[in-house]
Amino acid sequence: MKILVCISNVPDTTTRIKLSGDQNAIDLSSVQWIINPWDELALTRALELKEASGGSISSVSIIHVGNAGSDATLRKALAIGADDAIRVDAAPTDAYAVAHEIAEAIKDKNYDMILCGIESSDYNGSAMGGMLAEFLNMESVSSVSKLEIEGDELKLNREIAGGFEVVSATAPVVVIVQKGIALEPRIPSMRGIMMARKKPLEVVAATGAEALTEFVHYTPPQPKAACKMIDADNPAELVNLLHNEAKII
Amino acid sequence: MNNVLIYTENFDGKFKKSIYEIASYGSEIARQLGGEPIAISLGEVAEEELKSLGNYGISKVLTAAGETFKTLQNRAYTAAIAQAAQQENAGVIIFSASNTAKAIAPRVSVKLKAGMVFAATGLPSNLNPFTVPKKVFHGKAFADVVVNSERKIISLSQNSFGVKEHPAEVTIEALQVEAAAPANTRVTDTQKASGKMLLNDAEIIVSGGRGMKSADNWQPIEELAAILGAATACSRPVSDEGWRPHAEHVGQTGKIVAPNLYFALGISGAIQHLAGVSSSKVIVAINTDKDAPIFQAADYGIVGDVQKVLPQLNEAFRKFKAEN
Repeated sequence: MKILVCISNVPDTTTRIKLSGDQNAIDLSSVQWIINPWDELALTRALELKEASGGSISSVSIIHVGNAGSDATLRKALAIGADDAIRVDAAPTDAYAVAHEIAEAIKDKNYDMILCGIESSDYNGSAMGGMLAEFLNMESVSSVSKLEIEGDELKLNREIAGGFEVVSATAPVVVIVQKGIALEPRIPSMRGIMMARKKPLEVVAATGAEALTEFVHYTPPQPKAACKMIDADNPAELVNLLHNEAKII
Repeated sequence: MNNVLIYTENFDGKFKKSIYEIASYGSEIARQLGGEPIAISLGEVAEEELKSLGNYGISKVLTAAGETFKTLQNRAYTAAIAQAAQQENAGVIIFSASNTAKAIAPRVSVKLKAGMVFAATGLPSNLNPFTVPKKVFHGKAFADVVVNSERKIISLSQNSFGVKEHPAEVTIEALQVEAAAPANTRVTDTQKASGKMLLNDAEIIVSGGRGMKSADNWQPIEELAAILGAATACSRPVSDEGWRPHAEHVGQTGKIVAPNLYFALGISGAIQHLAGVSSSKVIVAINTDKDAPIFQAADYGIVGDVQKVLPQLNEAFRKFKAEN
């Protein structure tokens, strides 16, 4: 079995977002870049499965659409344990274009399972994995919080309102994962970092897939009014304010 | 292409508030475009329930049921919704922001080459170019997104438009769908907690953090939730410690929620947590540290030990509920 994990390169989640002077762009000049947290969990789970597979999972590859600035993030994913990386050489414009580029780059590679994170922490689109599955005409299972392999069968928990469905799937399939899929992302070891330098990172030319959407303007959130403090000995006052002032209860 | 198609997901045969909200939202966009708001319902839903969509402006409901739509099969659902959009000349397709919407809206986007805005926060600010507002970086900024394709897909973030009554005469039509190709995924079991208020449906959420100290101290949180008819939630360290299930984690990598009232109890308010709760209408925080960042985001705050304050607060709420 061959696994592919799609990786997005995003600003560190603690980044304070600064806008450009005309507010038509986000100022990314001093941003620390990381593997999108959900993609990192997907990669972690893929590596756990490979290690436990006794050789039946032959490889965990990663793919990314971005320019050379993303290579440090891809090397980190290789240091965590991915076997090889593909970077489609194009600026990622929107999820539709990214999914289209990935589909074109891998259509002849016969991956059995493709893992994607449920969303990216930058544009919060929740779109790429499902779009990729549709471009590839593969079945997909989304909101997956548990993934096990039993022989040729994948056993997945898909979160639904109030619980989960257990889904049985066979390859090929796109699995879109969320919180719970792996406990903690892995931290690269020194040995992993050394080995990552020698692992293949193939750069392929983009096909020029078109985007359908465009972010044109940004505004910062409205600043919040100061918090009204209530004395710890008088919680009834909080009840009173929620009822009479906020009119929320 | 002035018509608007709204995918009205059902939950065990019933529509939830979030579905009446997107029906209201889709009807308003149809009015702006001079078209008709048409719903599509997949799976077994009683006629009376389908007709309830008419209260929110829907004039036609397309419906398909049967074996194919008993459980979510992404390709079959995608094909049915895409077919309905084409047949009804719908230029705009509306989804909620549920897990089902996450599973199928992106696929419909590719099938129809329709640009998608996921978790929009309001009506289009402009119809030409078609411009939709949404949050990015989990609320650290708002963005205007222009959709350049002929067809458009909008998924609406919950509680960002509201349920608006607009009674319309509604007709129900069967959608004739082609038989779906056999899927290589199938649902083998479904597990649901019954009778529990769900996070994404809750108007009030009571959430505990590390300040609760241990899984054994959750009883007063459950109690407050019971008094107010609220759902319970927690911060990331709490679910990482296994004090509460992952499904209760709200925050950037957990659930994004937008209730009317959010209680942050013993939660310091890390930026990742605030990203998941900042759309709440009113936030109440109780924390021992007066400089905790949660007080920057909160509307009402109490500096104090949550374990001491909460029982008294519960008492005060109980008294209020008895009197009101």
